[in-house]
Amino acid sequence: MALDRLFRRRRTRGGGREVPELWVRCPGCDAQVYKRDLEQSLWVCPECGYHHRVPVETYVAILADEGSFEPTTGAIRPTDPLGFVDTEPYPERLARYQKKTGRPDAIYGGRAAIGGVPSVLLVMDYAFAGGSMGSVVGEEIARGAELAAREDRALVIVTASGGARMQEGALSLMQMAKTTMALDLVFQKRLPYLAILTDPTTGGVTASFATLADVILAEPGALIGFAGPRVIKQTIRQDLPEGFQRAEFLKKHGLVDEVVDRRKLKETVVRLLRLTYPGEADGA
Amino acid sequence: MALEFERPILELEEKIRALEATAREQQLDLSEEIGLLKEKLARLEREIFQGLTPWQRVQLARAPGRPTTLDVAEGIFEAYAELKGDRAFADDPAVVGGVARLEGRPVVFVGHQKGRNTKENIARNFGMPHPEGYRKAMRLMDLADKEGVPFLAFIDTPGAYPGISAEERGQAWVIARSIQRMSRLRVPAVAVILGEGGSGGALAIGVGNRVLIMENAWYSVISPESCAAILWHDAKEAERAAAALKLTARDLLALGVVDRVVPEPGGGAHRNPEAALAELKRALLESLEELAGLDPDALWQDRYRRFRGLGAYQES
Ligand SMILES: [Zn+2]
Repeated sequence: MALDRLFRRRRTRGGGREVPELWVRCPGCDAQVYKRDLEQSLWVCPECGYHHRVPVETYVAILADEGSFEPTTGAIRPTDPLGFVDTEPYPERLARYQKKTGRPDAIYGGRAAIGGVPSVLLVMDYAFAGGSMGSVVGEEIARGAELAAREDRALVIVTASGGARMQEGALSLMQMAKTTMALDLVFQKRLPYLAILTDPTTGGVTASFATLADVILAEPGALIGFAGPRVIKQTIRQDLPEGFQRAEFLKKHGLVDEVVDRRKLKETVVRLLRLTYPGEADGA
Repeated sequence: MALEFERPILELEEKIRALEATAREQQLDLSEEIGLLKEKLARLEREIFQGLTPWQRVQLARAPGRPTTLDVAEGIFEAYAELKGDRAFADDPAVVGGVARLEGRPVVFVGHQKGRNTKENIARNFGMPHPEGYRKAMRLMDLADKEGVPFLAFIDTPGAYPGISAEERGQAWVIARSIQRMSRLRVPAVAVILGEGGSGGALAIGVGNRVLIMENAWYSVISPESCAAILWHDAKEAERAAAALKLTARDLLALGVVDRVVPEPGGGAHRNPEAALAELKRALLESLEELAGLDPDALWQDRYRRFRGLGAYQES
């Protein structure tokens, strides 16, 4: 994956050998793209529109009005309720991801103003265990929903997840019910909930809070579904149609409202929030 | 089609039957010998079933002859009528449900439905619902609310069906909706994991005020085979995965995921379905009794507290 290679290269930088990373090969069109141009275009290929995966902070920077973001996540840490060991013990796996991402689990977010609309903005981190939802992700989503309800804020969630986290077993499954129910506090106060589905969003996240939003936006080309393509292929023993489970496919099937280019994401979200938020849109 | 660990029990049973036949035919009094063997059988059954591994329980949960949702309906309701169709696209044979009487009280029920043999299983898609199955379940939740009668859900699925048409019709969307719809019920809701509780496809009808589980059923975020394929890159490691996932009734009770374990008769529910259903009926009636005094708001609060509190984390 191109982004992984990019991160690896960046890491080798500190090792002394200075590798100039001026160009990035686009997986969408194979073009060599000038890196500064990519950054300028929010990591969307200026040639073909391919959306590179970006760190969670980028979504905060894109969506939150300048200076308005105030993090609220990060106060809770995962444990090992099952004593789970696969090829490595779960606590070691967690420690590795915590070191890699600098956060306790696969979610980051807090209070923000978005186009002046007071909001709670939560972003899932695919770099942390594939954005999988265990107890901490579920709890942070539930707390975020409760915070939005308490402070009359819109709820905006950017998803990226392979699904529920296996290492916490049935407790991960229960987060699907927990997050779904917490959304009702937002809905009872008639506050808007908007979801932005990015690549990939599958499994237990898609089958719970992610698809219960009032408005569902998806990034171009994002893989979104219940079962992963590999599982489906194994089950039905035939090739999957071109573009299957991609954002555009889902729009065609009536499952998302709009496929939105990242460069238009902020203005789209602001327009929708201003049309749906019942209060004054003038700050956090 | 006996399970490997059942063999010694079945062999001993066979021996007892043979001895009984001999006694009858030759008019001999072998009652002492037979009595001793029956004691031995009970002991053996206890020993084997107390020491079952999680993987062996998964096999029991899938054993042919284990009561399905329609067996439960036949066994515990005085009367019931199956209602079909999602009123939108199709009738999903992997999900059944309808209206029923339980000890005189009206209830609405829904459940995953597996086949009792291979042919039936193919027709039932092995209990793996498509979106229309969950829409049927939601339609029945609407009915329970409208009638103001308790809602009972019986879970027995390896998972929601992972196929092209299911994805095209929004499998994830409809599971999320079903979770939400069930959480909003204004009537008492009790869910029971009868056999297999495979992931979101199970939870879609699992948001009860009380969640019960049969002693040899399993419930988890993923099937042991799929978990093994992902984590060990080998589905044959399912036995290890079954142990790691803590998916047995007793583990789930300790985690708070279920509220009560319904005991199965010696040898498992598939060998004595009547006894298993009698226990289940008793547990259901007691659970409904516990919820009887709660008004719709209190029932919602009760469900909210139940699921809001699930999870393991540390405040730092
Ligand atoms: Zn490109």
